[in-house]
Amino acid sequence: MKRLTIGLIVLLLLAAALSVAAGKVWVPFDAWTADDPRSIIIVELRLPRTVLALLVGSALGLSGAVMQGYLRNPLADPGLFGVSSGAAFGAVVALYFGYAAQMWLLPGFALVGAGVTMTLLALIAGRSGSLILFTLGGMILTSITGSLTALAISLAPTPFVSSQIVTWLMGALTDRSWDDVLVAAPLIAAGMGLLALTARSLDALTLGEAAARSMGVNPTRLQRLVIFGIALTVGASVASAGIIGFVGLIVPHMVRPLAGNRPSAILLPSALAGAVLLTLADSLVRLAPTVSELRLGIAMSMLGGPFFLYLLIAMRRRLA
Amino acid sequence: MTDLVADAITLTLGGKRVLDAVSFAFRPGRVTVLLGANGAGKSSLLACLAALRRPDAGAARLGSEDVHAIDRRARARAIGLLPQSADVHWDIDVATLVGLGRFAHRGRWGETQADRDAVAAALAATDMTALADRGVERLSGGERGRVLLARVLAGEPDWLLADEPLASLDPAHQLDVLARLRGVASGGRGVVLVLHDLHLAARVADDAVLLKDGRIVAAGAADDVLTAPAIAEAYGIDVEIGHTAQGHRYILPVAR
Repeated sequence: MKRLTIGLIVLLLLAAALSVAAGKVWVPFDAWTADDPRSIIIVELRLPRTVLALLVGSALGLSGAVMQGYLRNPLADPGLFGVSSGAAFGAVVALYFGYAAQMWLLPGFALVGAGVTMTLLALIAGRSGSLILFTLGGMILTSITGSLTALAISLAPTPFVSSQIVTWLMGALTDRSWDDVLVAAPLIAAGMGLLALTARSLDALTLGEAAARSMGVNPTRLQRLVIFGIALTVGASVASAGIIGFVGLIVPHMVRPLAGNRPSAILLPSALAGAVLLTLADSLVRLAPTVSELRLGIAMSMLGGPFFLYLLIAMRRRLA
Repeated sequence: MTDLVADAITLTLGGKRVLDAVSFAFRPGRVTVLLGANGAGKSSLLACLAALRRPDAGAARLGSEDVHAIDRRARARAIGLLPQSADVHWDIDVATLVGLGRFAHRGRWGETQADRDAVAAALAATDMTALADRGVERLSGGERGRVLLARVLAGEPDWLLADEPLASLDPAHQLDVLARLRGVASGGRGVVLVLHDLHLAARVADDAVLLKDGRIVAAGAADDVLTAPAIAEAYGIDVEIGHTAQGHRYILPVAR
């Protein structure tokens, strides 16, 4: 357990170093000092981007682990079942009305969007832990928020706004500044703090809602922690990086063989592994020999889709 | 230790009255069995006693205090519930699962020696010590039933409430688990069981509550409650009641 945490922290530092060094311009370590002109690439472009990748990755990894534990469903992921789309719709509303100029408005709208969809998802499937209810509920929420987003794009006042929305929806960490970090960091930290408080209750939920309540779990408090925690982490992540799916799905599955299946045991490793995964992926899209940079959200989907399929096939016997 | 009291509990679920002014004093040191046909209100009564449901009128009381008024953790230490569902959603190992029974005892910072001792005792009491490291999904149905019972035992509650604890067990383990529950009651704690099997109920019960359509048909000492006329009223069946050569009472359904 401790060894896994230390190993992941080492990986995280390596991934962060790679992310700072990697890109169209390869900046060697001896040029990281202030008197070298290339240092501006490091300090103003690569560093905030790396910090943001670490923040968003850990937020998505942890929120996936908590969602899987709370809904008792190994396929749960904020990106796949409507929460990220809800956040995105909130953000799109902000873009549509041109609110994005104010630093806090877009994240604020995204937070509300994520909170509302997570609340609906919790009301639909939270108490029962039913796989069918959750999957269908998530699908329906995704399609509703998706259609509303499409509506906003088609009604956009200028072509500029619609292209701004479309580009942003695809999810990326390109050209982020310290301002973006400044907005995302406190929101994500607060959300992760709330989610960390759910750990022991999630363990008790392993035995179902009735047993958990008889063991002293307060279901209302737990539900609030999950909803506000997910709204903050996913809302802030989507606001700063657009929709990046599959991190929350993949990471807990990578961690379980090493940390065990107990929901509380995978929370910290999932946060760390999420940060590693997203930082590595973001470095690789920069290194890929494409003309324009591969969008991070698209890269993760191309990785995550097949993984999701593999997971479903592996679980087929248990689900049927 | 004080009684666990159902005080004129009335409960309506989905417009249907499932419990109608049910009163009974469950006594510590005794095994009390809740009996009745499907839908008679047994599980609902258990849920009210465990504070999982709030009665529309009346109350479940521990001593003089409404169970809903007791602090959650204190209540969980006083009243342990083994629900009917045998779901275990994650493939955790047996020792970890039984350790969950210490949920309401554990402080913020890890387990104490008392926690470890209670888990070890619960594993031993259910004959699961040898399987402590095994994942739950590799257990048989009977083993899983015993682990879930061990989880409740590990919490060392004053009151042990169990909904159908024998459902997935083979006859040998049914008798075994009944003997454990008997032992819990002999130690001075209270045991309340929902059972379907009249024969096993007659074997283990000190007291019995016979329900029909949310009302009590008969309640009190098991020998007085489990009579042919009362069972006929509650279940709509004829039974033969007798004693085995060893002196165990048995109840045998013969016709409906």
